[in-house]
Amino acid sequence: MQLRQLAVCAIIFFTAGLVIASFAGFREFIPGLLEGAWITVQITIGGSILAVVMALIAALAKMYGAWPVRWLAVAYIEIFRGTSALVQLFWLFFVLPHFGVTLEPMTVAITALGLNVGAYGAEVVRGAVSAVPRGQWEASVALNMPKSLALRRIILPQALTAMIPPWGNLFIELLKATSLVSLITISDLAFRAQQMNQITFRTLEIFTIVLVIYLAISTLITVGMRALESAASRGLARGR
Amino acid sequence: MTEPMVKFENVTKSYGALTVLDSLNLEVAPNEKVAIIGPSGSGKTTVLRMLMTLERINGGVIYVDGEPLTHMPRNGALVPADEKHLRRVRAKIGMVFQHFNLFPHMSALKNCMEAPIHVLGLPKKEAEQRAAELLDMVGLSDKKNHYPSQLSGGQQQRVAIARALAMRPKVMLFDEVTSALDPELVGEVLNVIRKLGAEHNLTMLMVTHQMGFAKEFADRVCFFYGGKIAEQGKPEEIFNAPKEERTRQFLSAVLEAG
Amino acid sequence: MLWDWNYTWEIMPVLLRASVVTVEATLLGFLLAAVLGLVLAILRMSKNNWVSIPTAGFIEFIRSTPVLIQIFFIYFVFPEFGVVLPAMTAGVLALGLHYGCYCSEVYRAGIECVPRGQWEASTALNLSPYVTFRDIIIPQAIPPIVPALGNYLVALFKETPLLSAIAVLELMQTAKILGSQSFRYVEPITLVGVFFLVMSLVAAAIIRQVEAWLNRTLRISGAER
Repeated sequence: MQLRQLAVCAIIFFTAGLVIASFAGFREFIPGLLEGAWITVQITIGGSILAVVMALIAALAKMYGAWPVRWLAVAYIEIFRGTSALVQLFWLFFVLPHFGVTLEPMTVAITALGLNVGAYGAEVVRGAVSAVPRGQWEASVALNMPKSLALRRIILPQALTAMIPPWGNLFIELLKATSLVSLITISDLAFRAQQMNQITFRTLEIFTIVLVIYLAISTLITVGMRALESAASRGLARGR
Repeated sequence: MTEPMVKFENVTKSYGALTVLDSLNLEVAPNEKVAIIGPSGSGKTTVLRMLMTLERINGGVIYVDGEPLTHMPRNGALVPADEKHLRRVRAKIGMVFQHFNLFPHMSALKNCMEAPIHVLGLPKKEAEQRAAELLDMVGLSDKKNHYPSQLSGGQQQRVAIARALAMRPKVMLFDEVTSALDPELVGEVLNVIRKLGAEHNLTMLMVTHQMGFAKEFADRVCFFYGGKIAEQGKPEEIFNAPKEERTRQFLSAVLEAG
Repeated sequence: MLWDWNYTWEIMPVLLRASVVTVEATLLGFLLAAVLGLVLAILRMSKNNWVSIPTAGFIEFIRSTPVLIQIFFIYFVFPEFGVVLPAMTAGVLALGLHYGCYCSEVYRAGIECVPRGQWEASTALNLSPYVTFRDIIIPQAIPPIVPALGNYLVALFKETPLLSAIAVLELMQTAKILGSQSFRYVEPITLVGVFFLVMSLVAAAIIRQVEAWLNRTLRISGAER
């Protein structure tokens, strides 16, 4: 916990430094990097939303669906966890056009990363739903609730709070994975890093700053998730 | 002769090789209050859980209010009930649990409104009114907007009773509802149950260790041993003049423990 | 035609040869990660704050930033300081460093998960720290550590395609080259995908077996599942 606070302070200092630096001699490459960072953030947000949606669908399908639906969910989870994000990215980028589906690179990026992290997220959702005490299910049966109602109104709301910390880690994994999109020609932070390097050859500064920017974004994610977690558990523990 | 409200006909329950209930035959008349006592492992909680369809039975049939619960009639024979039939008959039964099982993310009032709104289809206002009345009956109208974590064990259990009653069941099951409570909180819950018995037409089955309460409140006491009813009868008979040796042993052990 | 089987058989040998490079990179990278992880774990658990806190900071930094950038860093930045590394070496180093940080957390968690009571009982029996570690702590720490390390081995294996970014001739790079030559990407990339999927499913099954064997052999009563 203390470490994170140290990191946050370091980030704040560095961001301030970055802003100042972009008006100073670093003007050569900082603006370019920040443009790339913005693309990275966009892909992270888009991918994260897709990941959460896919994870919820896949986990519920796997736990409560009829067998064809369950089979689909298991296949999705195993395939996207068994192959790496880069393979999936390349497949969607290079192979899909052969089947007549040509997507914008950004769409490919968000789709591939969202599906990839969603497959890991399904396990997080499953774990959280299983962790809801059995007594809650039994109370729902005693009140004659159908399974779908119990899931929707009783079980999932309680599972959501438990899910938040692991999802925080998954969002950070997604952030790191966005660097891969530089390999399918998207001008994200990683791409800009290489680009700026080719232009200015200020290799050490560029890559160090890029690493720090990633660290800053990931710290923001962690801090955000902690805030979400305390808001959610306050809702459970006290009145709202 | 009136139809029994609850009827267990040759009901068997086993977990693998272990037989928990062995060809149980039990009839409960409408508005009868039955206390079920016995050592742990005797199958008493299983009886309630099977009636609430929390466990599946391995043999026999359970009837509720004249209809089969666990089975349904088809072409003149009885086949295992489907989900629809189960839910229809199960609606007549309510249960209060040892560990309350209140919904932690809802206030006391909302806990009592949830099922009436979403299962019975009651309009929100009506459900709220019903819930408020019931919470008033159990003595908690000033706590209706509190969350379970803000309530004591006894208060939570009373909310749980109100929640079950909101569904207007004909049969109420109480599974060791005071066993998880601190001693000083037991009384308030038992008072509510007494009140229920006096003011409402309810058939009640209670698994309990509160012998004093059972003696005073129950119409009939069933002593379970080894998956069977070893002895049953009026409270005075069972507690003052038990016929079976095992009943005597159990009662003296319980009394010794205070 | 959607799938050309002739082309598939044509490129198989090339891909199989490239898979050797992939496996090489994986094993070397993991060896480095396992050893480095142990070193980092020991530093991290040091009682000396001047050692443990910077180590923790370093580990967090590496884990929170993309491994691709770390690969670029080692490949492009090191030469600025006179250290010019061939692509394969730079790649293995970066992967080893990145996953070494993950492994260090695994070692640390495994050891810290052994109940405090075990340490206390050992002290009460006057066992030396060395014997305590060897006979009491390590056997109990190993069952959770090995499967977790196994999972990271698989994860590292699946990340080797990143080395294609610095032109290491592993599977993904080879597939891309084949694709750009023949303009048919479907077969090479799908085959690469299938290869990784099969290998990781096999590896996952092996890890489960090892986990079960360990729990049986070291007679731990399988903690929370």
